[in-house]
Amino acid sequence: MAQLKVRIQRSDGIAEYAVAARENQTVLDVVTEIQREQQPDLAYRFACRVGMCGSCAMEVNGVARWTCRTHVRKVAEDGTLTLRPLANLPVIRDLATDMKPFFDKWARARGQFQPKDAPNGAVPVEFAVVPPSSPKRQEADAGIECIGCGVCYASCDVVSWNPDYLGPAALNRAWTLVNDVRDGGRRERLDAVAGDAGCHSCHSTQGCTERCPKNLDPSSAIAGLKRSIFWGVLAP
Amino acid sequence: MRGQVHLWAAQRITAFVLAAAVFVHLATIMLAVRGGLSAAEIVARLSGAEGWLAFYAVFALAAGIHGAIGMRNIAGEWLGWRGRGFDALWLGIGLVTAAFGIRAAWGLYHA
Ligand code: HEM
Ligand code: SF4
Ligand code: SF4
Ligand code: FES
Repeated sequence: MAQLKVRIQRSDGIAEYAVAARENQTVLDVVTEIQREQQPDLAYRFACRVGMCGSCAMEVNGVARWTCRTHVRKVAEDGTLTLRPLANLPVIRDLATDMKPFFDKWARARGQFQPKDAPNGAVPVEFAVVPPSSPKRQEADAGIECIGCGVCYASCDVVSWNPDYLGPAALNRAWTLVNDVRDGGRRERLDAVAGDAGCHSCHSTQGCTERCPKNLDPSSAIAGLKRSIFWGVLAP
Repeated sequence: MRGQVHLWAAQRITAFVLAAAVFVHLATIMLAVRGGLSAAEIVARLSGAEGWLAFYAVFALAAGIHGAIGMRNIAGEWLGWRGRGFDALWLGIGLVTAAFGIRAAWGLYHA
């Protein structure tokens, strides 16, 4: 059976493995096989295996991807896979990164829903009626499917240049809530995402949009934030 | 934060001014070079012309501000030049750049 060469960036350097190349295998299958058969102490992370949880992202041949939804034959180059932990995040061990800075930035960008009619986070008395076809709701829906995998964050140059930069996922989340008519935190949220550590550092290169496995468009979300803040400055 | 947003807004607004000014500038160049370009011709067009003085002053100011804000962003990312000290430096560079342009326009106005 043909062999697949797999190079893995471990905490103590690059390690090389050979596994059987199969007709149908995902990159996550390969990592799991290596851990079960050859390297029991290899650290990596996954949960759902079907593109729901967002925990299996790694850098595969230079590109951040969900390993569970990436077929080896689509990405192997000359029968070789090179795997690294997600960029722009501290490494815990081997392929497992610490997502804390990533989620801390969601909090900094005020990524939590703030019900308008129940300010302290209490459950509103009545359900809000929001037609799914209303334009505002559609804008909110455009970015709501983010599962926090960090692929966009690892693909953004501005994050690597400026460690304080909130990054595409947190800003996409902020824009989603800015468009949510039930949310009452618009002003504070726009303040929280403004400036050099926020949306104004984005160069609209669309790396995040290109790489997002959910086909979301954080780059446009950020442009929306800049637009809203711009008009807020001109006509406060 | 507010200040950073204003810098961003200033760069967009000056970009808009520059786009229009560059267009006028290019059109002027194309008209002016027809039949050769001479110093006397330039002086004749600009000397005592308030309209041109104002145009070039706005053009130079926009270019100075726009360029300095842009360089500030790049220097922050690539060289780690961040903070109030560097902001003051870029403000100075922007104003000096603009002053050079405005001085040239002023000189031609009085030529
Ligand atoms: C036609 C006139 C011009 C237009 C429409 C224009 C437009 C723009 C825009 C939209 C940006 C923002 C890019 C971003 O956010 O990544 C920018 C950045 C920049 N511009 Fe201009 N510009 C013009 C002329 C100039 C001139 C004459 C200079 C030099 C003095 C200049 C220097 C810069 C620099 C250094 C940046 C920073 C790059 C960055 O932040 O990504 N531009 N320009
Ligand atoms: S568009 Fe903005 S957030 Fe997205 S990768 Fe480029 S710089 Fe980063
Ligand atoms: S925007 Fe896309 S790439 Fe970024 S964290 Fe959300 S799902 Fe992942
Ligand atoms: S394991 Fe859940 S998204 Fe890949």
